[in-house]
Amino acid sequence: MYLPKLEQFHKYKEMDEGVFGIFETPEAIIHAAEKTKEKDYIGFDCILPYPVHGIDEAMGTPRSGLPWITFVAGIFGCAIGILFQYLTHAYDWPLNISGKSLNAWFAYVPIIFELTVFSAGIYTVAALCFLSGIPKATRRILHPDLTSHRFALWIPKSAKGYNESEVVSFVKSLGGSEVTVVKPENQK
Amino acid sequence: MSLAQAVRDKLDIPDLVTGGKSLKDVTVDIAKPNEDFPTKLWWNTFLLVLTITLIDVAIIGYLFYEGLYLLGINNPVGWGFFVVNFVFWIGIGHAGTLISAVLFLFRQGWRTGINRAAEAMTIFAVLVAASNLILHVGRPWLGYWLFPYPNERGPLWVNFRSPLIWDTFAVSTYLSISMVFWYLGLIPDLATLRDRATETWRKNLYNVLAFGWVGSARSWSHLEIVSMILAALSTPLVLSVHTIVSFDFAVSILPGWHTTIFPPYFVAGAIFSGFAMVVTLMVIAREVFNLKNYITMKHLDNMNKIMMVTGLIVGLAYGTEFFIAWYSGNEYEVFAFWNRAFGPYGWAYFIMISCNVLSPQVFWFRKLRYNIPVMFIASLVVNVGMWFERFVIMMTLNRDFLPSSWAMYTPTLFDYAMLIGTFGIFFTLFLLWCRIMPVIAIAEVKTVMPQKEGAHH
Repeated sequence: MYLPKLEQFHKYKEMDEGVFGIFETPEAIIHAAEKTKEKDYIGFDCILPYPVHGIDEAMGTPRSGLPWITFVAGIFGCAIGILFQYLTHAYDWPLNISGKSLNAWFAYVPIIFELTVFSAGIYTVAALCFLSGIPKATRRILHPDLTSHRFALWIPKSAKGYNESEVVSFVKSLGGSEVTVVKPENQK
Repeated sequence: MSLAQAVRDKLDIPDLVTGGKSLKDVTVDIAKPNEDFPTKLWWNTFLLVLTITLIDVAIIGYLFYEGLYLLGINNPVGWGFFVVNFVFWIGIGHAGTLISAVLFLFRQGWRTGINRAAEAMTIFAVLVAASNLILHVGRPWLGYWLFPYPNERGPLWVNFRSPLIWDTFAVSTYLSISMVFWYLGLIPDLATLRDRATETWRKNLYNVLAFGWVGSARSWSHLEIVSMILAALSTPLVLSVHTIVSFDFAVSILPGWHTTIFPPYFVAGAIFSGFAMVVTLMVIAREVFNLKNYITMKHLDNMNKIMMVTGLIVGLAYGTEFFIAWYSGNEYEVFAFWNRAFGPYGWAYFIMISCNVLSPQVFWFRKLRYNIPVMFIASLVVNVGMWFERFVIMMTLNRDFLPSSWAMYTPTLFDYAMLIGTFGIFFTLFLLWCRIMPVIAIAEVKTVMPQKEGAHH
């Protein structure tokens, strides 16, 4: 049986300290991500203006585990829909409408469906916000072009085997421009 | 040249973004209307619709101070224009979800040019529809009674078997899921605007709106999955909402309403009118905001084709209704349909037929599908026709089983004010939105650009 793995719920990490380099094309960032993965800098990240196809494989991040949240939340919403309507109509406030049975469950279906969808959608989005660390208004932006047309490779200090000068020359060797060391004291 | 591009050229598939734009050009072009000072045209239009809205709000206030007797509603026709407007606007909303969700699931790249505006249209249309649902109850300040909550009146619960309660749940679920879907897609684009902003106030505004999005690949990976999940959830949701709206009519035992064709017929009508509204808005937006490279003729052509197909489906439904009424042998049912076409409201029926069935037939011709004035007029005509479709359905009420209970419905000035007011509110919200947020999904358009292809080879 296939069960969710913890790595599927990979989280976004704050950019406190580390090194980043800028790349100009999606091909370049994918290539850089592959090389960084081979180098075993665990915990590195790429900053992209749009979802680049193939970056997950290059970085070695597993497919998101959020569909599991959707599944569980959907069942939860469905159960609430059934229980709530049954409890109110057949138990708490039984009302005889046109002689129909108190638990006329066919008529419950629209609301069960709506609650299933509502719960599945809202909980999944809440989980996405949690994993992406949003909303947070005070966040460090590495470079203004990264949400427009350029790509960045980010290697944080927490990455295994981090050594500042080594990482800087490594990012440069991949073709990264504007390679910058980010330190808390440099921050605005 | 990448293989994919070579295939596109060979098959003569038009590019979804024309004009040889680079990634940066896309950002600059789409963000421009948000960053520039609004044009005179925008101000004039905005002030016009804002005035309509304010007048409408005042009229609504007066209406509820005085009471619903100011409207043309009477005993057989108990809902009047409110429900016509409600069904009409909910229908308009559906195209937005279809473009963003169904076309997403079918991997239709062309949706990216129009999905953002269509989703915004959905939200504003559903808000307008919901306001009509609340207003029609007569005492809107008690509208919250529609929600089940533990209350001070003892264990008194709402009746979950009532279509009105189904509507409440369907519309509020639809509104919340659509809003979340729309806003999630907006977050990366708002981050783009934040990073481009030069003035402090603008930077602060978009900083808050963008939720602190940086564009980490890990976040993108989750966001893409969530977009897919929400698309997969919205697709049945959009069908269910209009199905449930049709249940308002179909679960009754009134001739002409109590028919099993209602759910699919309503859904097709919703797509039809919604796409017509998207065409209307897109034709204006691409002119006003100079977005012809992003909303290309190919996009409009595709939407015109969808309008034609759904128009045919709606036409088939009209025919089926008539056939089944005759075939059932039920004299009340036969009368209801005869009355629709040749009764006192027959003029509305023929407006409906000519607008909805005949006018979209112009799109059989490629030349007319690519003709901006033709499609603009056709889209307006279809919207008029679809409003009349709902009017015709409601007018079935004026003559039901017993001639002694027949009565004519004459809308008053207040009814018309409510109708015009819905357009005022819708366009006010839409124009405001166009100023603050990008009308095209910046990040999503970049994923379908020609030069981007081959990124993973």
